[in-house]
Amino acid sequence: MSANVNVDRTHVHKLHPAEKPGILVKAGAEPVLKATNVTKWFGENHVLRGASITVWPGETVCILGRSGSGKSTFLRSLNFLEDPTDGVVEIDGVTVTADPFHKEGGERQSRIRDLRLRAGMVFQEFNLFPHLSVIENCVEAPVHVKGMARKEAEAIAEKYLAKVGLSEKRDEYPSRLSGGQRQRVAIARALTMQPKVLLFDEPTSALDPTLVGEVLKVMADLAHEGRTMIVVTHEMDFAHEAADRVYYMDQGEFAEVGPPEQVIDAPKDPRTKEFLSRFRTLGSKK
Amino acid sequence: MEQDARALAQAVAADEARRAARWQLRFRLGWGLLIALLAGFMVISLNVELDFIARATPFIIEGIWLTLIVSAASIVLATFLAAVGALGRLSSNAIVNALASFYVSFFRGTPLLLQLLVWYLALPQVGIILDPIFCAIGALGMNYGAYMTEIFRAGIQAVPLGQREAAAALGMSSRTAFLRIVAPQAFRIIVPAIGNDFVAMLKDSALASTVALQEIVWRARNVGQKEFKTLQTFMIAAMIYWALTIIFSTFQNRIEKRLAAGDRNKETKG
Repeated sequence: MSANVNVDRTHVHKLHPAEKPGILVKAGAEPVLKATNVTKWFGENHVLRGASITVWPGETVCILGRSGSGKSTFLRSLNFLEDPTDGVVEIDGVTVTADPFHKEGGERQSRIRDLRLRAGMVFQEFNLFPHLSVIENCVEAPVHVKGMARKEAEAIAEKYLAKVGLSEKRDEYPSRLSGGQRQRVAIARALTMQPKVLLFDEPTSALDPTLVGEVLKVMADLAHEGRTMIVVTHEMDFAHEAADRVYYMDQGEFAEVGPPEQVIDAPKDPRTKEFLSRFRTLGSKK
Repeated sequence: MEQDARALAQAVAADEARRAARWQLRFRLGWGLLIALLAGFMVISLNVELDFIARATPFIIEGIWLTLIVSAASIVLATFLAAVGALGRLSSNAIVNALASFYVSFFRGTPLLLQLLVWYLALPQVGIILDPIFCAIGALGMNYGAYMTEIFRAGIQAVPLGQREAAAALGMSSRTAFLRIVAPQAFRIIVPAIGNDFVAMLKDSALASTVALQEIVWRARNVGQKEFKTLQTFMIAAMIYWALTIIFSTFQNRIEKRLAAGDRNKETKG
Protein backbone atom coordinates (compact mmCIF):
# COMPACT_ATOMS: atom_id res chain seq x y z
CA MET A 1 0.00 0.00 0.00
CA SER A 2 2.62 2.45 1.05
CA ALA A 3 4.71 1.82 -2.04
CA ASN A 4 2.42 3.60 -4.46
CA VAL A 5 1.78 6.59 -2.25
CA ASN A 6 3.98 9.27 -3.64
CA VAL A 7 4.12 12.39 -1.60
CA ASP A 8 6.49 15.24 -2.13
CA ARG A 9 8.37 15.54 1.17
CA THR A 10 10.62 18.43 0.24
CA HIS A 11 8.90 21.20 2.12
CA VAL A 12 10.07 24.74 1.71
CA HIS A 13 9.48 26.71 4.85
CA LYS A 14 7.51 29.79 3.89
CA LEU A 15 6.44 32.39 6.38
CA HIS A 16 2.74 32.86 6.79
CA PRO A 17 1.81 35.95 4.73
CA ALA A 18 1.25 37.91 7.94
CA GLU A 19 4.16 36.42 9.85
CA LYS A 20 6.84 38.82 11.02
CA PRO A 21 9.16 38.66 14.02
CA GLY A 22 7.79 40.35 17.11
CA ILE A 23 8.99 43.91 17.66
CA LEU A 24 11.43 42.89 20.40
CA VAL A 25 13.32 40.43 18.17
CA LYS A 26 16.79 41.64 17.26
CA ALA A 27 17.26 42.49 13.60
CA GLY A 28 18.82 39.62 11.68
CA ALA A 29 18.10 37.03 14.37
CA GLU A 30 17.47 33.52 13.06
CA PRO A 31 14.28 31.70 14.06
CA VAL A 32 14.80 29.20 16.90
CA LEU A 33 11.83 27.07 15.86
CA LYS A 34 10.37 26.43 12.46
CA ALA A 35 7.53 24.02 11.87
CA THR A 36 6.53 23.57 8.26
CA ASN A 37 3.35 22.14 6.81
CA VAL A 38 2.49 20.10 9.92
CA THR A 39 -0.30 17.74 8.93
CA LYS A 40 -2.11 15.16 11.01
CA TRP A 41 -4.72 12.63 10.13
CA PHE A 42 -6.37 10.62 12.90
CA GLY A 43 -7.86 7.91 10.71
CA GLU A 44 -10.30 9.74 8.45
CA ASN A 45 -10.12 12.86 10.58
CA HIS A 46 -8.01 15.68 9.15
CA VAL A 47 -6.89 17.39 12.35
CA LEU A 48 -4.01 19.50 11.08
CA ARG A 49 -4.07 20.85 7.55
CA GLY A 50 -0.52 21.89 6.95
CA ALA A 51 0.08 24.40 9.75
CA SER A 52 3.37 26.31 9.82
CA ILE A 53 4.89 28.49 12.49
CA THR A 54 8.11 30.43 12.92
CA VAL A 55 9.34 31.56 16.31
CA TRP A 56 12.29 33.83 16.94
CA PRO A 57 14.40 33.79 20.12
CA GLY A 58 12.89 35.70 23.01
CA GLU A 59 9.37 35.68 21.65
CA THR A 60 6.24 34.57 23.41
CA VAL A 61 3.71 33.23 20.96
CA CYS A 62 0.18 32.32 21.97
CA ILE A 63 -1.95 29.92 19.98
CA LEU A 64 -5.66 30.56 20.34
CA GLY A 65 -8.57 28.64 18.94
CA ARG A 66 -11.69 26.84 19.99
CA SER A 67 -11.65 23.32 21.45
CA GLY A 68 -11.00 20.73 18.79
CA SER A 69 -9.37 23.20 16.41
CA GLY A 70 -6.13 21.18 16.54
CA LYS A 71 -3.99 23.60 18.55
CA SER A 72 -2.96 21.05 21.19
CA THR A 73 -2.23 18.44 18.52
CA PHE A 74 -0.12 21.02 16.74
CA LEU A 75 1.85 21.84 19.90
CA ARG A 76 2.35 18.13 20.67
CA SER A 77 3.59 17.61 17.11
CA LEU A 78 6.37 20.13 17.71
CA ASN A 79 8.16 17.65 20.03
CA PHE A 80 6.71 14.55 18.36
CA LEU A 81 4.56 13.41 21.27
CA GLU A 82 2.14 13.29 18.36
CA ASP A 83 3.71 11.86 15.24
CA PRO A 84 2.49 14.07 12.39
CA THR A 85 1.44 12.55 9.07
CA ASP A 86 3.47 15.12 7.18
CA GLY A 87 5.67 18.12 7.86
CA VAL A 88 9.03 19.16 9.24
CA VAL A 89 10.02 20.57 12.63
CA GLU A 90 13.30 22.31 13.24
CA ILE A 91 14.33 23.50 16.70
CA ASP A 92 17.71 25.09 17.30
CA GLY A 93 19.32 23.29 14.38
CA VAL A 94 17.82 19.86 14.96
CA THR A 95 15.47 18.83 12.17
CA VAL A 96 12.97 15.98 12.27
CA THR A 97 10.66 15.09 9.39
CA ALA A 98 7.36 13.24 9.60
CA ASP A 99 7.83 9.52 9.06
CA PRO A 100 4.31 8.11 8.72
CA PHE A 101 5.46 4.80 7.22
CA HIS A 102 8.16 4.23 9.86
CA LYS A 103 10.90 3.96 7.28
CA GLU A 104 13.54 5.59 9.43
CA GLY A 105 15.03 3.71 12.34
CA GLY A 106 16.64 4.44 15.67
CA GLU A 107 18.63 7.37 14.37
CA ARG A 108 15.41 9.35 14.00
CA GLN A 109 14.39 8.40 17.54
CA SER A 110 17.61 9.79 18.93
CA ARG A 111 17.12 12.95 16.87
CA ILE A 112 13.63 13.29 18.36
CA ARG A 113 15.14 13.00 21.84
CA ASP A 114 17.67 15.64 20.87
CA LEU A 115 14.84 17.86 19.72
CA ARG A 116 12.97 17.31 22.97
CA LEU A 117 15.98 18.40 24.99
CA ARG A 118 15.62 21.77 23.28
CA ALA A 119 11.89 22.06 23.93
CA GLY A 120 10.59 21.90 27.48
CA MET A 121 6.92 21.04 27.85
CA VAL A 122 4.30 21.96 30.43
CA PHE A 123 1.13 19.88 30.34
CA GLN A 124 -2.46 20.67 31.17
CA GLU A 125 -2.51 17.88 33.77
CA PHE A 126 0.96 18.75 35.16
CA ASN A 127 2.17 15.13 34.92
CA LEU A 128 4.54 15.44 37.85
CA PHE A 129 6.10 12.15 38.94
CA PRO A 130 4.17 11.22 42.11
CA HIS A 131 6.87 8.92 43.50
CA LEU A 132 9.48 11.67 43.46
CA SER A 133 9.77 14.78 45.60
CA VAL A 134 9.70 18.23 44.05
CA ILE A 135 13.47 18.50 43.77
CA GLU A 136 13.74 14.92 42.49
CA ASN A 137 11.13 15.68 39.84
CA CYS A 138 13.31 18.55 38.65
CA VAL A 139 16.67 16.75 38.60
CA GLU A 140 15.50 13.36 37.30
CA ALA A 141 16.00 14.14 33.62
CA PRO A 142 19.09 16.37 33.92
CA VAL A 143 20.83 13.58 35.85
CA HIS A 144 19.54 10.54 33.96
CA VAL A 145 19.24 11.99 30.46
CA LYS A 146 21.89 14.68 30.28
CA GLY A 147 24.24 12.89 32.68
CA MET A 148 24.61 15.99 34.80
CA ALA A 149 26.09 15.69 38.30
CA ARG A 150 23.31 15.62 40.90
CA LYS A 151 24.73 18.56 42.87
CA GLU A 152 24.90 20.70 39.78
CA ALA A 153 21.37 19.74 38.71
CA GLU A 154 20.04 20.50 42.18
CA ALA A 155 21.65 23.93 42.14
CA ILE A 156 19.93 24.71 38.83
CA ALA A 157 16.62 23.27 40.03
CA GLU A 158 16.76 25.33 43.23
CA LYS A 159 17.29 28.46 41.21
CA TYR A 160 14.15 27.77 39.19
CA LEU A 161 12.13 26.65 42.19
CA ALA A 162 12.96 30.01 43.73
CA LYS A 163 11.82 31.69 40.53
CA VAL A 164 8.42 29.98 40.67
CA GLY A 165 8.24 30.77 44.40
CA LEU A 166 8.40 27.20 45.73
CA SER A 167 11.84 26.94 47.36
CA GLU A 168 10.33 25.83 50.64
CA LYS A 169 8.45 22.95 48.94
CA ARG A 170 11.73 21.41 47.76
CA ASP A 171 11.25 18.11 49.62
CA GLU A 172 7.48 17.80 49.44
CA TYR A 173 5.73 15.21 47.32
CA PRO A 174 3.38 16.37 44.54
CA SER A 175 0.35 14.91 46.34
CA ARG A 176 0.79 17.53 49.04
CA LEU A 177 0.74 20.49 46.67
CA SER A 178 -2.17 22.50 45.30
CA GLY A 179 -2.84 22.42 41.56
CA GLY A 180 -1.24 25.82 41.09
CA GLN A 181 1.86 24.73 42.99
CA ARG A 182 2.06 21.54 40.98
CA GLN A 183 1.98 23.43 37.73
CA ARG A 184 4.68 25.81 38.97
CA VAL A 185 6.84 22.78 39.85
CA ALA A 186 6.18 21.43 36.36
CA ILE A 187 7.44 24.75 34.96
CA ALA A 188 10.56 24.58 37.16
CA ARG A 189 11.10 20.99 36.03
CA ALA A 190 10.96 22.03 32.37
CA LEU A 191 13.29 24.97 33.03
CA THR A 192 15.87 22.81 34.81
CA MET A 193 16.51 21.10 31.48
CA GLN A 194 17.52 24.54 30.16
CA PRO A 195 15.57 24.25 26.92
CA LYS A 196 15.62 26.75 24.07
CA VAL A 197 11.84 26.86 23.81
CA LEU A 198 9.08 26.23 26.33
CA LEU A 199 5.85 24.65 25.10
CA PHE A 200 2.74 25.16 27.25
CA ASP A 201 -0.31 23.00 26.52
CA GLU A 202 -3.27 24.77 28.14
CA PRO A 203 -1.35 25.07 31.41
CA THR A 204 -4.22 26.58 33.40
CA SER A 205 -7.19 24.66 32.02
CA ALA A 206 -7.15 21.99 34.74
CA LEU A 207 -6.81 24.49 37.57
CA ASP A 208 -9.31 25.78 40.06
CA PRO A 209 -10.11 29.37 38.97
CA THR A 210 -8.57 30.81 42.13
CA LEU A 211 -5.22 29.16 41.30
CA VAL A 212 -4.95 30.27 37.68
CA GLY A 213 -3.45 33.64 38.55
CA GLU A 214 -0.32 32.35 40.29
CA VAL A 215 0.59 30.20 37.27
CA LEU A 216 -0.11 32.94 34.74
CA LYS A 217 2.03 35.33 36.77
CA VAL A 218 5.01 32.97 36.62
CA MET A 219 4.48 32.56 32.88
CA ALA A 220 4.22 36.32 32.33
CA ASP A 221 7.47 36.81 34.27
CA LEU A 222 9.18 34.25 32.06
CA ALA A 223 7.81 35.96 28.95
CA HIS A 224 9.06 39.35 30.10
CA GLU A 225 12.54 38.13 30.83
CA GLY A 226 12.89 36.98 27.25
CA ARG A 227 12.17 33.24 27.37
CA THR A 228 11.04 31.77 24.09
CA MET A 229 7.60 30.33 24.68
CA ILE A 230 4.74 28.86 22.69
CA VAL A 231 1.55 28.86 24.72
CA VAL A 232 -1.68 27.14 23.76
CA THR A 233 -4.27 28.85 25.93
CA HIS A 234 -7.78 30.15 26.39
CA GLU A 235 -6.58 32.97 28.64
CA MET A 236 -7.24 36.04 26.48
CA ASP A 237 -5.93 38.50 29.04
CA PHE A 238 -2.66 36.60 29.31
CA ALA A 239 -2.30 36.43 25.53
CA HIS A 240 -3.00 40.13 25.29
CA GLU A 241 -0.56 41.05 27.99
CA ALA A 242 2.34 38.63 27.47
CA ALA A 243 2.32 37.56 23.82
CA ASP A 244 4.48 39.16 21.18
CA ARG A 245 2.41 37.45 18.54
CA VAL A 246 -0.81 35.51 18.47
CA TYR A 247 -1.78 32.69 16.11
CA TYR A 248 -5.44 31.89 15.70
CA MET A 249 -6.07 28.29 14.69
CA ASP A 250 -9.27 27.15 13.04
CA GLN A 251 -9.93 23.61 11.77
CA GLY A 252 -6.29 22.64 11.69
CA GLU A 253 -4.83 25.71 10.06
CA PHE A 254 -3.79 29.16 11.15
CA ALA A 255 -6.45 31.63 10.11
CA GLU A 256 -4.79 34.74 11.44
CA VAL A 257 -1.38 35.76 12.77
CA GLY A 258 -0.15 38.99 14.23
CA PRO A 259 0.50 41.05 17.33
CA PRO A 260 -2.23 40.71 19.99
CA GLU A 261 -3.46 44.26 19.41
CA GLN A 262 -4.34 43.19 15.92
CA VAL A 263 -5.55 39.58 16.30
CA ILE A 264 -7.39 40.02 19.58
CA ASP A 265 -8.50 43.66 19.43
CA ALA A 266 -9.12 44.07 15.71
CA PRO A 267 -9.35 40.64 14.06
CA LYS A 268 -9.69 40.66 10.29
CA ASP A 269 -10.60 37.04 9.68
CA PRO A 270 -14.33 36.34 10.16
CA ARG A 271 -13.58 33.09 12.09
CA THR A 272 -11.33 34.92 14.56
CA LYS A 273 -13.99 37.62 14.93
CA GLU A 274 -16.67 35.09 15.69
CA PHE A 275 -14.49 33.27 18.24
CA LEU A 276 -13.53 36.44 20.06
CA SER A 277 -17.05 37.81 20.15
CA ARG A 278 -17.99 34.82 22.30
CA PHE A 279 -15.30 35.67 24.78
CA ARG A 280 -16.49 39.24 24.98
CA THR A 281 -20.08 38.29 25.65
CA LEU A 282 -19.19 35.50 28.04
CA GLY A 283 -17.73 37.81 30.59
CA SER A 284 -14.38 39.31 29.88
CA LYS A 285 -13.77 41.53 32.88
CA LYS A 286 -13.32 44.59 30.67
CA MET B 1 -29.97 27.73 69.82
CA GLU B 2 -26.23 27.19 69.43
CA GLN B 3 -26.27 25.27 72.71
CA ASP B 4 -29.16 23.07 71.60
CA ALA B 5 -27.53 22.32 68.26
CA ARG B 6 -24.29 21.30 69.95
CA ALA B 7 -26.11 19.04 72.43
CA LEU B 8 -27.92 17.38 69.53
CA ALA B 9 -24.66 16.82 67.66
CA GLN B 10 -23.09 15.28 70.74
CA ALA B 11 -26.07 13.01 71.31
CA VAL B 12 -25.94 11.85 67.66
CA ALA B 13 -22.20 11.15 67.90
CA ALA B 14 -22.62 9.23 71.16
CA ASP B 15 -25.42 7.15 69.66
CA GLU B 16 -23.28 6.36 66.62
CA ALA B 17 -20.41 5.24 68.85
CA ARG B 18 -22.76 3.07 70.88
CA ARG B 19 -24.12 1.37 67.81
CA ALA B 20 -20.60 0.79 66.42
CA ALA B 21 -19.52 -0.78 69.73
CA ARG B 22 -22.57 -3.03 69.75
CA TRP B 23 -21.83 -4.16 66.18
CA GLN B 24 -18.25 -5.01 67.13
CA LEU B 25 -19.45 -7.00 70.14
CA ARG B 26 -21.91 -9.02 68.05
CA PHE B 27 -19.30 -9.63 65.39
CA ARG B 28 -16.88 -11.05 67.98
CA LEU B 29 -19.59 -13.09 69.66
CA GLY B 30 -20.42 -14.56 66.27
CA TRP B 31 -16.83 -15.60 65.74
CA GLY B 32 -16.54 -16.98 69.26
CA LEU B 33 -19.69 -19.04 68.80
CA LEU B 34 -18.48 -20.52 65.51
CA ILE B 35 -15.12 -21.43 66.99
CA ALA B 36 -16.83 -23.03 69.98
CA LEU B 37 -19.05 -25.05 67.61
CA LEU B 38 -16.05 -26.24 65.65
CA ALA B 39 -14.19 -27.21 68.81
CA GLY B 40 -17.27 -28.92 70.20
CA PHE B 41 -17.73 -30.93 67.01
CA MET B 42 -14.13 -32.07 67.19
CA VAL B 43 -14.28 -33.05 70.84
CA ILE B 44 -17.58 -34.90 70.61
CA SER B 45 -17.31 -36.71 67.31
CA LEU B 46 -13.60 -37.51 67.28
CA ASN B 47 -13.13 -38.89 70.77
CA VAL B 48 -10.18 -36.63 71.05
CA GLU B 49 -7.42 -39.07 71.79
CA LEU B 50 -4.99 -36.55 73.15
CA ASP B 51 -2.03 -38.89 73.08
CA PHE B 52 -2.48 -39.53 69.34
CA ILE B 53 -2.77 -35.82 68.65
CA ALA B 54 0.31 -35.16 70.76
CA ARG B 55 2.20 -37.74 68.66
CA ALA B 56 0.89 -36.63 65.27
CA THR B 57 1.08 -32.86 65.63
CA PRO B 58 4.87 -32.45 65.82
CA PHE B 59 5.22 -34.73 62.79
CA ILE B 60 2.77 -32.65 60.75
CA ILE B 61 4.21 -29.33 61.93
CA GLU B 62 7.60 -30.33 60.60
CA GLY B 63 6.03 -30.01 57.14
CA ILE B 64 5.71 -26.25 57.59
CA TRP B 65 9.30 -25.80 56.50
CA LEU B 66 8.79 -27.50 53.17
CA THR B 67 5.53 -25.64 52.63
CA LEU B 68 7.22 -22.31 53.30
CA ILE B 69 10.31 -23.11 51.25
CA VAL B 70 8.31 -24.33 48.25
CA SER B 71 5.93 -21.35 48.45
CA ALA B 72 8.72 -18.82 48.78
CA ALA B 73 10.82 -20.30 45.98
CA SER B 74 7.74 -20.57 43.74
CA ILE B 75 6.67 -16.98 44.34
CA VAL B 76 10.19 -15.80 43.47
CA LEU B 77 10.14 -17.83 40.26
CA ALA B 78 6.59 -16.66 39.49
CA THR B 79 7.52 -13.01 40.09
CA PHE B 80 10.48 -13.30 37.77
CA LEU B 81 8.41 -15.00 35.05
CA ALA B 82 5.61 -12.46 35.48
CA ALA B 83 8.02 -9.55 35.08
CA VAL B 84 9.45 -11.03 31.90
CA GLY B 85 6.00 -12.09 30.72
CA ALA B 86 4.48 -8.65 31.30
CA LEU B 87 7.27 -6.98 29.36
CA GLY B 88 6.65 -9.50 26.60
CA ARG B 89 2.91 -8.79 26.60
CA LEU B 90 3.64 -5.07 26.32
CA SER B 91 6.35 -5.48 23.71
CA SER B 92 5.83 -4.00 20.29
CA ASN B 93 7.62 -7.04 18.87
CA ALA B 94 4.93 -9.39 17.58
CA ILE B 95 6.95 -12.59 18.12
CA VAL B 96 7.89 -11.71 21.70
CA ASN B 97 4.28 -10.78 22.36
CA ALA B 98 3.05 -14.04 20.86
CA LEU B 99 5.46 -16.00 23.04
CA ALA B 100 4.27 -14.26 26.20
CA SER B 101 0.58 -14.55 25.42
CA PHE B 102 1.01 -18.23 24.49
CA TYR B 103 2.65 -18.83 27.88
CA VAL B 104 -0.17 -17.11 29.73
CA SER B 105 -2.89 -18.85 27.75
CA PHE B 106 -1.42 -22.34 28.10
CA PHE B 107 -0.57 -22.24 31.79
CA ARG B 108 -3.82 -20.57 32.77
CA GLY B 109 -5.79 -22.85 30.49
CA THR B 110 -4.77 -26.16 32.06
CA PRO B 111 -5.21 -27.45 35.62
CA LEU B 112 -2.41 -26.79 38.09
CA LEU B 113 -2.65 -30.38 39.33
CA LEU B 114 -2.20 -31.69 35.80
CA GLN B 115 0.83 -29.46 35.30
CA LEU B 116 2.32 -30.77 38.53
CA LEU B 117 1.80 -34.36 37.46
CA VAL B 118 3.46 -33.67 34.14
CA TRP B 119 6.54 -32.42 35.93
CA TYR B 120 6.66 -35.45 38.20
CA LEU B 121 5.24 -38.35 36.19
CA ALA B 122 5.47 -37.40 32.51
CA LEU B 123 8.83 -35.70 32.23
CA PRO B 124 10.72 -38.86 33.32
CA GLN B 125 9.36 -40.41 30.13
CA VAL B 126 11.63 -38.08 28.14
CA GLY B 127 14.50 -38.65 30.54
CA ILE B 128 13.99 -35.66 32.81
CA ILE B 129 13.81 -36.85 36.40
CA LEU B 130 13.46 -34.17 39.01
CA ASP B 131 13.29 -34.22 42.77
CA PRO B 132 9.69 -33.63 44.01
CA ILE B 133 10.66 -30.27 45.49
CA PHE B 134 11.83 -29.01 42.10
CA CYS B 135 8.70 -30.39 40.45
CA ALA B 136 6.59 -28.46 42.94
CA ILE B 137 8.54 -25.23 42.57
CA GLY B 138 8.58 -25.51 38.79
CA ALA B 139 4.87 -26.27 38.48
CA LEU B 140 3.66 -23.70 41.01
CA GLY B 141 6.08 -21.04 39.80
CA MET B 142 5.19 -21.41 36.13
CA ASN B 143 1.47 -21.57 36.79
CA TYR B 144 1.39 -18.58 39.13
CA GLY B 145 3.78 -16.75 36.82
CA ALA B 146 1.14 -16.94 34.10
CA TYR B 147 -1.56 -15.45 36.33
CA MET B 148 0.81 -12.84 37.69
CA THR B 149 1.90 -11.83 34.18
CA GLU B 150 -1.55 -10.39 33.64
CA ILE B 151 -1.47 -8.66 37.03
CA PHE B 152 1.90 -7.12 36.29
CA ARG B 153 0.76 -6.03 32.87
CA ALA B 154 -2.33 -4.38 34.32
CA GLY B 155 -0.18 -2.69 36.97
CA ILE B 156 2.15 -1.26 34.38
CA GLN B 157 -0.75 -0.12 32.24
CA ALA B 158 -2.39 1.53 35.24
CA VAL B 159 0.37 4.12 35.32
CA PRO B 160 -1.20 7.07 33.47
CA LEU B 161 -0.07 7.77 29.90
CA GLY B 162 0.77 11.32 30.98
CA GLN B 163 3.67 9.96 33.03
CA ARG B 164 5.23 8.40 29.95
CA GLU B 165 4.58 11.55 27.94
CA ALA B 166 6.19 13.75 30.57
CA ALA B 167 9.21 11.45 30.64
CA ALA B 168 9.42 11.47 26.84
CA ALA B 169 9.08 15.25 26.71
CA LEU B 170 12.06 15.47 29.07
CA GLY B 171 14.11 13.53 26.53
CA MET B 172 14.06 10.14 28.26
CA SER B 173 14.39 7.05 26.10
CA SER B 174 11.53 4.61 26.52
CA ARG B 175 13.89 2.37 28.49
CA THR B 176 14.85 5.11 30.95
CA ALA B 177 11.22 6.19 31.23
CA PHE B 178 10.18 2.64 32.04
CA LEU B 179 12.90 1.98 34.61
CA ARG B 180 12.81 5.36 36.38
CA ILE B 181 9.22 6.53 36.02
CA VAL B 182 6.79 3.74 35.13
CA ALA B 183 8.23 0.74 36.98
CA PRO B 184 8.46 2.38 40.44
CA GLN B 185 4.82 3.45 40.17
CA ALA B 186 3.68 0.08 38.84
CA PHE B 187 5.57 -1.60 41.69
CA ARG B 188 3.31 0.01 44.27
CA ILE B 189 0.27 -1.34 42.49
CA ILE B 190 1.77 -4.81 42.04
CA VAL B 191 3.24 -5.54 45.49
CA PRO B 192 -0.09 -6.13 47.26
CA ALA B 193 -0.99 -8.60 44.50
CA ILE B 194 2.25 -10.52 45.03
CA GLY B 195 1.38 -10.77 48.73
CA ASN B 196 -2.07 -12.07 47.89
CA ASP B 197 -0.62 -14.66 45.58
CA PHE B 198 1.88 -15.77 48.20
CA VAL B 199 -0.95 -16.46 50.62
CA ALA B 200 -2.79 -18.40 47.91
CA MET B 201 0.41 -20.26 47.07
CA LEU B 202 0.79 -21.40 50.70
CA LYS B 203 -2.39 -23.37 50.25
CA ASP B 204 -1.89 -24.50 46.65
CA SER B 205 1.47 -25.94 47.67
CA ALA B 206 -0.61 -28.71 49.31
CA LEU B 207 -0.98 -30.16 45.80
CA ALA B 208 2.67 -31.14 46.05
CA SER B 209 1.63 -33.89 48.46
CA THR B 210 0.53 -35.78 45.34
CA VAL B 211 4.13 -35.92 44.12
CA ALA B 212 5.40 -37.29 47.43
CA LEU B 213 6.71 -34.02 48.79
CA GLN B 214 6.63 -34.37 52.56
CA GLU B 215 4.89 -31.12 53.32
CA ILE B 216 1.95 -30.56 55.68
CA VAL B 217 -0.80 -32.44 53.82
CA TRP B 218 1.42 -35.39 52.91
CA ARG B 219 2.37 -35.80 56.55
CA ALA B 220 -1.23 -35.43 57.76
CA ARG B 221 -2.39 -38.09 55.35
CA ASN B 222 0.38 -40.56 56.07
CA VAL B 223 0.29 -40.31 59.83
CA GLY B 224 -3.51 -40.39 59.81
CA GLN B 225 -4.03 -43.29 57.42
CA LYS B 226 -1.90 -45.65 59.48
CA GLU B 227 -4.33 -45.49 62.39
CA PHE B 228 -7.43 -44.54 60.41
CA LYS B 229 -7.50 -41.10 62.02
CA THR B 230 -7.25 -38.76 59.06
CA LEU B 231 -10.14 -36.64 60.39
CA GLN B 232 -7.93 -35.64 63.29
CA THR B 233 -4.77 -35.17 61.27
CA PHE B 234 -6.46 -33.20 58.48
CA MET B 235 -8.00 -30.96 61.12
CA ILE B 236 -4.54 -30.32 62.51
CA ALA B 237 -3.25 -29.56 59.02
CA ALA B 238 -6.16 -27.19 58.42
CA MET B 239 -5.38 -25.30 61.63
CA ILE B 240 -1.74 -24.95 60.59
CA TYR B 241 -2.67 -23.53 57.16
CA TRP B 242 -5.23 -21.27 58.73
CA ALA B 243 -2.72 -19.90 61.22
CA LEU B 244 -0.11 -19.39 58.49
CA THR B 245 -2.65 -17.55 56.34
CA ILE B 246 -3.65 -15.26 59.17
CA ILE B 247 -0.03 -14.49 60.02
CA PHE B 248 0.96 -13.70 56.44
CA SER B 249 -2.21 -11.74 55.72
CA THR B 250 -1.51 -9.50 58.71
CA PHE B 251 2.03 -9.10 57.54
CA GLN B 252 0.85 -8.28 54.05
CA ASN B 253 -1.67 -5.71 55.29
CA ARG B 254 1.14 -3.97 57.06
CA ILE B 255 3.29 -3.82 53.93
CA GLU B 256 0.33 -2.50 51.98
CA LYS B 257 -0.32 0.23 54.53
CA ARG B 258 3.31 1.22 54.53
CA LEU B 259 3.39 1.42 50.73
CA ALA B 260 0.28 3.54 50.66
CA ALA B 261 1.64 5.86 53.31
CA GLY B 262 5.16 5.96 51.89
CA ASP B 263 5.01 9.56 50.79
CA ARG B 264 3.39 10.86 53.90
CA ASN B 265 5.95 9.30 56.22
CA LYS B 266 8.78 10.99 54.43
CA GLU B 267 7.00 14.28 54.36
CA THR B 268 6.47 14.66 58.07
CA LYS B 269 10.12 15.44 58.58
CA GLY B 270 10.15 18.12 55.85
